[in-house]
Amino acid sequence: MRLSVMLAVAVLLLTGSNTTQAQESEIEILRAAVEELRTDYDARIAELERRLAVAEQNAMQAQYATQYEGETQTGVLTDTSGRAAFNPAIGVIFQGQAWHVSRNPEDYAIQGFPFGGEAGPIDEGLSIGETELILNANVDDKFSAWLTAALALEDGEGVVEIEEAWVEATALPAGLGAKFGRFFSGIGYLNSRHSHTWDFADQPLPYQLFLGEQYLDNGIQVRWLAPTDLYMEFGGEWLQGGRYPAGGNADSGFGSYSLFANFGGDVGSNSSWLAGFSYLDSTAIDRPSGDEDDPLIFNGDSELTSAHFVWKWSPDGNWKQKNFIFQSELFRRREDGDYALPGGAPLLYDVDQTGWYAQAVYQPIPRWRFGGRVDGLSTDNPGALFDGTAVAAPSSDPRRYSIMADWSNSEFSRLRLQLTRDEAGPLDDTQWGLQYIHSIGAHGAHAF
Amino acid sequence: MTKTVYLLLLALIPVTATAELDVFACEPEWAALAGEIGGPRARTFSATTALQDPHYIQARPSLIAKVRRADLVICSGAQLEIGWLPALLQKANNRKVLPGSRGYLEASSYVVRLAATGNVDRAQGDIHPEGNPHIQTNPHNIAAVARALGERMQSLDPDNAASYEAGLADFLGRWQDAIEDWEARAETLRGAKAITHHKSWVYLERWLGIEEVANLEAVPGLPPTATHLSRLTKQFAGGGADFIIRSPYQDARPSEWLSEKVGIAAIVLPLTVGGTEQAQDLFSLFDDIIERLLKAHLHE
Repeated sequence: MRLSVMLAVAVLLLTGSNTTQAQESEIEILRAAVEELRTDYDARIAELERRLAVAEQNAMQAQYATQYEGETQTGVLTDTSGRAAFNPAIGVIFQGQAWHVSRNPEDYAIQGFPFGGEAGPIDEGLSIGETELILNANVDDKFSAWLTAALALEDGEGVVEIEEAWVEATALPAGLGAKFGRFFSGIGYLNSRHSHTWDFADQPLPYQLFLGEQYLDNGIQVRWLAPTDLYMEFGGEWLQGGRYPAGGNADSGFGSYSLFANFGGDVGSNSSWLAGFSYLDSTAIDRPSGDEDDPLIFNGDSELTSAHFVWKWSPDGNWKQKNFIFQSELFRRREDGDYALPGGAPLLYDVDQTGWYAQAVYQPIPRWRFGGRVDGLSTDNPGALFDGTAVAAPSSDPRRYSIMADWSNSEFSRLRLQLTRDEAGPLDDTQWGLQYIHSIGAHGAHAF
Repeated sequence: MTKTVYLLLLALIPVTATAELDVFACEPEWAALAGEIGGPRARTFSATTALQDPHYIQARPSLIAKVRRADLVICSGAQLEIGWLPALLQKANNRKVLPGSRGYLEASSYVVRLAATGNVDRAQGDIHPEGNPHIQTNPHNIAAVARALGERMQSLDPDNAASYEAGLADFLGRWQDAIEDWEARAETLRGAKAITHHKSWVYLERWLGIEEVANLEAVPGLPPTATHLSRLTKQFAGGGADFIIRSPYQDARPSEWLSEKVGIAAIVLPLTVGGTEQAQDLFSLFDDIIERLLKAHLHE
């Protein structure tokens, strides 16, 4: 680089020029060249200074080590920044369970709320969930990237699914952040959380029925963080709209958008809180739900508004010894369009629905946690035309009551026992199961 | 009504004090050090307190808000904060303090790390391949980090470089005197034997010539087990150690239990500033550590 600059300078000096205009432009070029040389040398000098400082520390430390210990030095002096030993960082998460249900899971459905997306009951018996392979690293000084590949068995065949694949811009100014690719939407509280961080073996009912378990789509997300002591985050997303509750990549592949805001802070040194609101507007074209072989087809708008609140407590903020988490979310969904029932003509459908859950998890001593959760749904009646169909309002609001106990030998392993009283399905049912969640390799830090 | 709106808006505007540098420290010792060097020019904040285990911190919204506004983030590093600092940095949208930039300082990069294995198997427990991260228990390490921190503060706030330089020189002068005093007082501790709850004190031990003979944790980072503790009661039934050391945030029961069984004094040492009533700054931190060790050693 410097050679070319010097050549340019030399050529300019040798050839010369007659007109004043040309001379002025030469001066400009020379000025730019000198400036370029200066920045280049500045960077080199800064690097040399840094290396000198490290060398000095090294010498001083070595001297101190021999002076005070009189033994060989076993330590190392590095200038890493705590990054993973391998690049990219690689981690694998193993999940599976033994699950018992007293009613046949094949017939499981919730009246008024046909399953869409990935939603559905946990498989009966012994099964493994998705095995997640996670790779992530900084791309360069301005971008980082993340890949989650879900390895699963579908009808006995191994399948690899790209769960998440996103790039994040890390060098934006003024508190801005942006992410693009395929990712879990930032709406709600649980939506962007990986299944291995859930406190129960399954998602609460509103996530299963309103978001197809978790809203995952392709798109772009922008977040802004206010420069205040009170945590205030505002964000928005533009998404393709290919997945439940959207469908069919509406509006030329800009089928969904979302807005969200989060606030949070501490109360003394024991407690902290997070509260937020979000809105998801998605368009569905020929969106299937219900029975896979004989689906219901929805066309129209699906709007989801939600509020969430999380409270975490631990004495003196010393999380390891003892802690307590309360979390709750409330959802309101409006679907306006038409439903085509199997074999029938589309019927106008305009219905408001509500979903909610509240849960508490207590860790009284290291390793052991105990929790309880209540979740429920309710819906308006779509009208007499839908009587006797899967989307007609149920006679009583769906409800579930779950309790769980889990034991974590370390941060990387967890065994969980869960008992659920299900009053959402066709018949009241008691389900229980034992779940495991284990991880190896690099493990990312968990969000609040 | 309009007045309330104005008041609300005012509350949202960041408070502009005389401080020139917002320093976010992961641990109290680095906040204290930045305060020693920067004086009123550094507005320091510590993400953790001495009563919290720095391995296990929630990536709380309040901490993200602080990182968002920080000019400098200083942390022990060597993976001590790996469970929460990356989440703060990712959410805080502050490019000035990302690892690799001038606004990020990993303190343990500037000292000789002990017990760096380079590669670990997790069956060995919560071991840090880059070395033991609890570097602050040796005052020579504090001096090494002070130099790096002073240089960094000068380059981040060049207008006040002279002030940071003077603050650093003043601190190092007082620190050197204090080290000589501590080393003279602690001479009698040389050769003493310690049982520690977690491997939090290896730098202190090597500094003062104390020998670590056992840990209460059978596997680093995992709570002490009953089988391991009963093994220790047999091993130390006839003495063989001078004290059982734990940090304020560690469960008191295992060390108190063992102490009762084998008659070796169980003591709490402040691992950082604020860990005890006496340890109010970096100087009184080491005063108190040595005071408590000497007291336990004499009573034996």
